[in-house]
Amino acid sequence: MTLDIEIGVKIATFVGAGISMGMGAIGAAIGEGYTAAAANSALSRNPDNAGDILKNMLVGQAVAESAAIFSLVIAMLLLFSSTPNPQPITIWAYLAAGLCMGFGAIGSGVGSGFPAASACEGMARQPAAGRRLTTSMLVGSAVCQTTSIYALVIALILMFFDFTKQPFGPTWAALMGAGLSTGIAAIGPAIGEGKVAGACCEGIARNPSSAGPITNLMLLGQAVSETTGIYGLLISFILLFKGFAATPDLAPAFGLVSAGLCMGLGAIGPGIGEGLAASSAVSWLGRNAEAQPILIRSMLVGQAVSESTGIYSFVVALVLIFVM
Amino acid sequence: MAIEGVDIVKAAAFLGAGISMGLGAIGPGVGEGMAAAKACEAIGRNPQEAGLLTRTMLVGQAVSESTGIYSLVVALLLLFVV
Repeated sequence: MTLDIEIGVKIATFVGAGISMGMGAIGAAIGEGYTAAAANSALSRNPDNAGDILKNMLVGQAVAESAAIFSLVIAMLLLFSSTPNPQPITIWAYLAAGLCMGFGAIGSGVGSGFPAASACEGMARQPAAGRRLTTSMLVGSAVCQTTSIYALVIALILMFFDFTKQPFGPTWAALMGAGLSTGIAAIGPAIGEGKVAGACCEGIARNPSSAGPITNLMLLGQAVSETTGIYGLLISFILLFKGFAATPDLAPAFGLVSAGLCMGLGAIGPGIGEGLAASSAVSWLGRNAEAQPILIRSMLVGQAVSESTGIYSFVVALVLIFVM
Repeated sequence: MAIEGVDIVKAAAFLGAGISMGLGAIGPGVGEGMAAAKACEAIGRNPQEAGLLTRTMLVGQAVSESTGIYSLVVALLLLFVV
């Protein structure tokens, strides 16, 4: 029987590593390709500024790459770290870690591509604002990376925290739900935040004198977009550390997986929607600086309504964990 | 451990509730965000009409919200009634 569990754990590490790296590669590649395309179109418009545009493209692509590097790290850890005490629960923990990091890297890779592309195009239009554009691009894309860092943290906890003392009954489902919640919830906010950061770089290129207010509004809009990703992280922490009573029944276990799936999927829409609202407000602040107060107000009202379905998902997930 | 029919039915209801609310939240979130984005654009272009534009945005978003509420209702039905 011990041999069976060891083989099961090996299979879980291989499958988990494959999922982590395979899905984690999607987003970064799309974001980097988008950046390269924008850099080419910017170069054709302003070939004299080729050095700066190329440098900016490479820096932006490097940030977008980091999410895929997190996936690579998790995949390598899964493949090469030894398991001192293999138990049936370890199989589920490794699978959940791979899923968490695989889903979690998609959004950050795609999202970081938007500010990098807008900064390259902005440099062709406004070469004098190049330094300011690179700074805003780095700030904006750093915020995009946060949700993939959440996924990295949850994946590392799943791999290295000792769950063997807890009852197998519902714990396998809690681990699976924890991985799915943070992983899938990372997609939407990161893409939304990337849209906002892209609009910020575009606005600064159009109107470098209002770079300060534009960057502030970008950070405000990104903070609201981040909320659903934080709900996902919160549900994961509850699932990981609440400690569930042992039960052989299927229903409570499926409730926990379902809570993770519900929060993860439910975070995608509001994250992207709030990002779209904020990106439009940021881009119009660059064109019409006098309308700043009314733009901030409309952005926040629109985002609040867009948040509602994310809150429904959060409530249903909490009901599934605590009431059922 | 014997798996009973009641247990499987309940497990499926829980899973269905999660999928219903999770997937159902994607559309309204993105759609309402698009409405808010266009409203911000319109207000940036013509700040005098901010009141009218905000009202229109909220009405449009309320309609867009309806499918999210259907998902919530179905999820709650699956959890507490079925």
